[in-house]
Amino acid sequence: MSEEYIIECRGVKKWYGEFQALKGIDFKVKKGEVIVILGPSGSGKSTFIRTINRLEEHQAGEIWVNGIELNNDVRNIAEIRKEIGMVFQQFNLFPHLTVLDNITLAPIWVRKWDKPKAEAKAMELLERVKIPEQANKYPGQLSGGQQQRVAIARALAMEPEIMLFDEPTSALDPEMIKEVLEVMIDLAKTGMTIIAVTHEMGFAKTVADRIVFFDYGLIVEENTPNEFFSNPKHERTKLFLSQILH
Amino acid sequence: MTTATDVSTVYEAPPRTEIGVLGWLKHNLFGSWIDAILTFLSLFILYIVLVPSVRWAVTEANWRAITTNVLILIHGPYPQDQDWRVFTSIAVIVLMGIISLFVYRSSNKKLRQIMTIVWVVSPIPIWYFLAGFAGSSLLPQVEYSKWGGLLLTFVLAIFGIVASFPIGVLLALGRQSNMPIIKWISTLYIEVVRGVPFITVLFMAQVMLPLVLPADVRIPGMFRAMVGTALFSAAYLAENVRGGLQAIPRGQYEAADALGLSTFQQMYFIILPQALRTVIPPLVGQFIGLFKDTSLVAIVGLLDFLKVSQSILSQAGFLGAQKEVYIFDALIYFIFSFAMSAASLRLEKNLGVGQR
Repeated sequence: MSEEYIIECRGVKKWYGEFQALKGIDFKVKKGEVIVILGPSGSGKSTFIRTINRLEEHQAGEIWVNGIELNNDVRNIAEIRKEIGMVFQQFNLFPHLTVLDNITLAPIWVRKWDKPKAEAKAMELLERVKIPEQANKYPGQLSGGQQQRVAIARALAMEPEIMLFDEPTSALDPEMIKEVLEVMIDLAKTGMTIIAVTHEMGFAKTVADRIVFFDYGLIVEENTPNEFFSNPKHERTKLFLSQILH
Repeated sequence: MTTATDVSTVYEAPPRTEIGVLGWLKHNLFGSWIDAILTFLSLFILYIVLVPSVRWAVTEANWRAITTNVLILIHGPYPQDQDWRVFTSIAVIVLMGIISLFVYRSSNKKLRQIMTIVWVVSPIPIWYFLAGFAGSSLLPQVEYSKWGGLLLTFVLAIFGIVASFPIGVLLALGRQSNMPIIKWISTLYIEVVRGVPFITVLFMAQVMLPLVLPADVRIPGMFRAMVGTALFSAAYLAENVRGGLQAIPRGQYEAADALGLSTFQQMYFIILPQALRTVIPPLVGQFIGLFKDTSLVAIVGLLDFLKVSQSILSQAGFLGAQKEVYIFDALIYFIFSFAMSAASLRLEKNLGVGQR
């Protein structure tokens, strides 16, 4: 595998029973790239990013992350998951733990940091997502936007090489979307490798290096944001853009 | 005039009839004509039941059946010259309980952890203190067949609860497992045990076990009942815990996976704490049931609390004292069951902090 790419996927296929969700995805990401994945619902975009950290198992093709192949070897899976942070649509914070414990749990038990180090890191990240005063509250006491920012801090606490965002703003009230997007944009500017499934065109236009358009389990079109929005090549892309940018 | 800025800060007081004693009476007892009639009817029924009961308890009942047999009720045939050991144990446990009330309310985490460890470890020295040692003059051995009364009831119930808990959790996890063999074995165990009456399990433990074991190995009946109780209860507990596991959204597993937690860490830190919290009410219900079901061991010849109280009825002076004895028994079972229930409510409240 070449050194140049941090993620390399070749011919990734995935079935749910008889239904084929991914029909052979070839996809490469360079370190520091920010990629936005677009596509209609059911196009396989979420399934695809979930195969990258093995929340979904691919049944054909190859996935390499940071030079490690993602296969049935649990050590490889563990190694890859350490390097990939993930943010979910529904936040998925642990409701029985405080914000601080949510963030420090994995660094302490997976990275084996001591508690003071993990807590210092957590507080630094909470500053960064602008809610340090919520450290000792429980997720249920926070607003949706605050919860999602905690989820971002929790993923970053593992110091991952790559961040995956699976529709991070889709479950938020409109007035809270902005606060989460600001955090994501800041993160993109730090040089983090990001793959985001999102419908936020603003985010795509401002920080994406590349837009990848999915439909029917395939990558239909890939381009820079500028070209993608102003000069889509494929009919399906044009149709999709006309529907979301009316 | 009220302006827009006032609206958020100005509140009117609710009407007098809606709050306080008056409000409570209005809402709960005299909400409508039918409510009022039901209230008076209930009071009347309470009156015709309670007054004769209290009169009987105070004037007619022969409570000497209980008072002269207190020692037997507490420890059954445990030798009387050694029963200071039983009372010392009770005193130690009560003392620990009182200390706990303060410790668990304090904010000192270290102290709370020490207290928990003391609770977990204490049954072992207490056990040896009660059982004694062969040839010792200070603590001579007391045979297990001599343990009876409330002492035996508590030994069975506490061991049943403590031992069935981990077994039940493991069975529940086993039944959820992706590994077919583990899943089948857990499912088979749960379904078979739930398919037979508790009495059957006790008989099997008493009658079948000696057939399987070598002839010179003799396990005291109390041990066999303890193991039977724990294994029986574990199957029910497993199903309760499984209910809790199913209530955990998939996202919790995914978040733990994505963070790189191992399967064990995921279960221990994320899934089980949430699953067990949601099933505290059915678990406590089951433990209360187990506590009362220990009275069935009388059938296999053990002298538990209910059995020794029945033996009072054959004493010359108390031949007709069924009412007194059984009402007293019911009261004792009720007190401890209610205490468990109340403790669980407290636990739920304490654990519920910040729950979504």
